Amino acid sequence: MLNVEQRYRFLYKPSVFILCLIPALWLTAGAVGWGGVDLGPDPVAHLLHSCGKTALNLVLITLLVTPVRRISGLTHLLRLRRMLGLFAFFYVVLHFCVYVVLDQEMNLAGVVKDVAKRPYITIGFAALLMLIPLAITSTNRMMRRLGRRWQKLHRLIYVIAILGVWHYYWQVKRDVREPLIYAGMLAVLLGYRLVVRRRAKRAATSTSGSATAPERT
Amino acid sequence: MRKTDPSRIRPSEITPRSVFMDRRSVLQGVAGLGLASLLPAADAQADVPAAGKLSYTHNARYSVSETPNSLADITSYNNFYEFGTDKSDPKENAGTLKTRPWSIKVDGEAEVKGTFTIEDILKPHPLEERIYRFRCVEAWSMVVPWVGFPLADLIKRFRPTSKAKYVELTTLNDPRQMPGERLPILDWPYVEGLRMDEAMHPLTLMVVGVYGEVLPNQNGAPLRLIVPWKYGFKGVKSIVRIRFTEIQPKTAWNIAAPQEYGFYANVNPHHDHPRWSQASERRLGHGLFSRQPTLMFNGYESEVASLYSGMNLDRFY
Repeated sequence: MLNVEQRYRFLYKPSVFILCLIPALWLTAGAVGWGGVDLGPDPVAHLLHSCGKTALNLVLITLLVTPVRRISGLTHLLRLRRMLGLFAFFYVVLHFCVYVVLDQEMNLAGVVKDVAKRPYITIGFAALLMLIPLAITSTNRMMRRLGRRWQKLHRLIYVIAILGVWHYYWQVKRDVREPLIYAGMLAVLLGYRLVVRRRAKRAATSTSGSATAPERT
Repeated sequence: MRKTDPSRIRPSEITPRSVFMDRRSVLQGVAGLGLASLLPAADAQADVPAAGKLSYTHNARYSVSETPNSLADITSYNNFYEFGTDKSDPKENAGTLKTRPWSIKVDGEAEVKGTFTIEDILKPHPLEERIYRFRCVEAWSMVVPWVGFPLADLIKRFRPTSKAKYVELTTLNDPRQMPGERLPILDWPYVEGLRMDEAMHPLTLMVVGVYGEVLPNQNGAPLRLIVPWKYGFKGVKSIVRIRFTEIQPKTAWNIAAPQEYGFYANVNPHHDHPRWSQASERRLGHGLFSRQPTLMFNGYESEVASLYSGMNLDRFY
């Protein structure tokens, strides 16, 4: 019988890894025409939107880890979060590459103009840039080295998530139902943290003194 | 409102034999030989069939030499919000649209007004195939072999008065047939319009078919507009009303987002949509690398530029 450590190491982590890879494999197959996967009449738009949506989904899932842990008591879930976050970064980068290479066909002047001129692209690009330090500091060594500052830095994910949903909302032409659903889910995830924080603060002031350590929630 | 006798408008029309025979064979297939012969009136009226092959001539003068997109692309990638906002929604959902019987109301500043059946509307017009570029405001494009007839020929039958400065065209508004209209995505019904000189331009086409066959519902059956030098959203689909007006019609996308979609909506690589460049487009059906420069008036500049001489096209976008 496997213990919790082993189950995460040999079962859950590899499973999540493969699950996270499936969209990329599917899209790659479609892009090169393997196995009859068809991306439809506008394959570039399909690739662009699928990568972006998958990235956004993964960002929201990483934000779901803490609430689920707290509520369910499955504390080991934390061991999956880094992988989920790195996959979110992977799909954001893929999304950007599809945009630059396939959509803009390496017209870098056009990309620069878009980023500077079109607000929804500006904020999407800002979110991509903010993800870079988070990805770089995701190793155990960096976590140790940064200590408390690591948690502070990684709170950037809240800003990134907001920018990501906003980017999606602004990009949609008219039917904003889906972006609004994303905004609603994000509001719940961030609202949960505010409530937890306020409660912790109140508890801290009432017990006066024993300051609770700030935690990335 | 009862219809004016359409034979008074343009009486000298004869049903093409091939279409007549085609319709007859359909009737025979459905009802059997004996019954079909009991319906001479219906037979004589049948001009453009409700489904299947059309009879037409190819118009090379108004056709581009580029290779058309596949029928699959043209019929599975549609912006027709009446059936949902995903490009694949119209194909999935347009089965609920009933294109026969169908009537079209003609009103406003014209001498001949009334409600006409689709058969009355289509009957006098010989059909032609024209291969046009189709440029969506979303910066993708296709090449489509439409089958139809000039809107000008239809408009002449209604004898618009001197007050008619614009023509307004309206899509069916029936949420039972068009489930997308249950949601307030646009201010239904979908309305589009053209200045009279644009409407009378020989390139402006009333479309009833694609690839030689009757238009599938998702492409705007039974009758839609195509204005090849304008963005695709000007091409109002499933038309039920034609109105001649003195003032500029209020059009659907212009109402929804006036900064993004103008009344004119001429394809113009120099005037960007606020959220994306219009300088180039992705030509669908050409794989992953398909970007090409967008042409002024979608490549129809020599034919239509004179309509807009002296106009500031950055202001009247």
